Amino acid sequence: MNKPTMISGRVWVLRDSDGRPLDDIDTDMIYHNAHLAITDLREMGQYAFGNLEGWQDFPSRVGTGDILIAGGNFGSGSSRQQAVDCFVSLGVSLLIAESFGAIYRRNAINSGFPIIACPGILHESKGQLVSGETVEVDLETGEIRKGEEAVARARPFSEVQMGIYQAGDLFSYARSHEV
Amino acid sequence: MGQTIIEKIFAARTSDPVEPGRIIWLELDARTARDFGGANVVKHLEREYADDPVADPAKTFFTFDCVVPANTIPYANNQQICRDFARKHDVRLYDVDMGIGSHVVIEKGLVVPGTTLVGTDSHLNILGAVGAFGQGMGDQDIAFTFKTGKTWFEVPPTLRVTVKGRLEPPLTPKDLNLAILGQIGSTGGLGYSMEFYGEVIEEMGIAGRITLASQATEMGAVIAMLPPNRDVLDYCRERSGREIEPILADDNAEYVKNLEIDITNLKPMVSRPGAPHDVVEAGAVKGVRVDSVFFGSCTNGRLEDLEVAASILRGKRVAPHVMAKVVPATREVYGDLLKKGLLDVFYEAGVIVSNPGCGGCASGQIGMTGKGEVQVSTSNRNFRGKQGAGDTYLAGPAVAAVSALAGEITSP
Ligand code: SF4
Repeated sequence: MNKPTMISGRVWVLRDSDGRPLDDIDTDMIYHNAHLAITDLREMGQYAFGNLEGWQDFPSRVGTGDILIAGGNFGSGSSRQQAVDCFVSLGVSLLIAESFGAIYRRNAINSGFPIIACPGILHESKGQLVSGETVEVDLETGEIRKGEEAVARARPFSEVQMGIYQAGDLFSYARSHEV
Repeated sequence: MGQTIIEKIFAARTSDPVEPGRIIWLELDARTARDFGGANVVKHLEREYADDPVADPAKTFFTFDCVVPANTIPYANNQQICRDFARKHDVRLYDVDMGIGSHVVIEKGLVVPGTTLVGTDSHLNILGAVGAFGQGMGDQDIAFTFKTGKTWFEVPPTLRVTVKGRLEPPLTPKDLNLAILGQIGSTGGLGYSMEFYGEVIEEMGIAGRITLASQATEMGAVIAMLPPNRDVLDYCRERSGREIEPILADDNAEYVKNLEIDITNLKPMVSRPGAPHDVVEAGAVKGVRVDSVFFGSCTNGRLEDLEVAASILRGKRVAPHVMAKVVPATREVYGDLLKKGLLDVFYEAGVIVSNPGCGGCASGQIGMTGKGEVQVSTSNRNFRGKQGAGDTYLAGPAVAAVSALAGEITSP
């Protein structure tokens, strides 16, 4: 084990201009199909949220190690891998959402990018998470803390997800494990 | 404890304990890539495994259905990448003439009750129609299955749906579909395997089952499983040349929820532009001008669906301002239209008939809609922009056909 299982970082909470959590962010809002021809991961970051009202400047504001928090059904829509890779490209350290589109979730897990589902984190917690704050997340227990305070409990990484995350991606995982 | 259909299918193909919420390694009976995603699957394989053989060429397939034949050079290039790979690895490829992959694998007997199959098509869960497990996945996932024959999967909890009432003409299985979708919404099945029961389901033929299963995705479900009846078993036995044991749920299987849908007073339904679950009675939007009508897709592209349309269009002509299109789901369906004289019916009614495939559902095989154009489509999704800039209403073949004749939305 060499990758961190505790991740701490500054959060970006996906909300609209009225402060409501954003649900159903589809892969075209995350990474528009106009940029699908790009294959170099380093170039993908600049287009993250390029099609999401109010968030177009995200790539210039986000910093390496930051954590992104979204509402329900994040990443619904097409199966494009770029919608995951654009966050890797920007150095985002963890993606938390109330729930994920099924294919999006698999794509992230298989490429070793840490994502974790935390039902109710925006809609049911009393608005205590604000962009700019720092949280600490334990990938093994799912606990999310703000300083000393436990703010939510996500679904922890499964064994397979942890294995793939530690190995780097699904292909490397399969080389080092009996599957 | 008893098991639901999906749990039983999984239990026969894994050594891990099968319980909702647990991740298992699942043996796959087949894996496929279509023309969308297929070239990326090949790229991953070549990067990760160089020239290594695939796990089992006899269980590995390509099916082309989205842009058939290719109408741009990049699509043509991508299809050729798949063909070259298939030749080199002795993998069967169903080319641009064969039709929608999820239907082809049923017709060819590659899938029977209890089979597990994954591929790059997000509507592969349609295989629940014959009581098989199908699932759409991303390119890396599918590359991995080509090489290993396995995938990891989280066992979903099962939701039991009982349908009360019957479907009498002019109602079709699509109306049942839309009624359920309208009632439970886009997240009503979220993360579940749904199982369907009731007289109407028992009586339903394969085409109707395909229609119903094809919209599990729009309900947010992992899959909609229909317990196979005699017709399904006979069909699959004949197509596969194998004896088949249906996989049925145990009497004491555990369901997270039981849902009852009553269709006793059901009327023909449509869903309004923008969201498949925005469902109303066709009568409620009666009179909306219609510019184009599309009959086809993996939801309503079977012979039975097109027969409903033909029976309404026979001896008549669509309204002068309406451009109507028929795209059979597969080459086999196309052949049946030809032999039964239905191509003639469509021709005389002023309808374009195209070669099989996804047609108006994917990327413009048979054209897109323009801004302000109103389309009635028998496909399964009407998100803004998916089929062009126009507005798309979803409907069954009967509503679509009477609307094509009238030139405005009409209830049969
Ligand atoms: S008809 Fe549409 S939904 Fe069905 S497989 Fe083709 S593109 Fe997908």
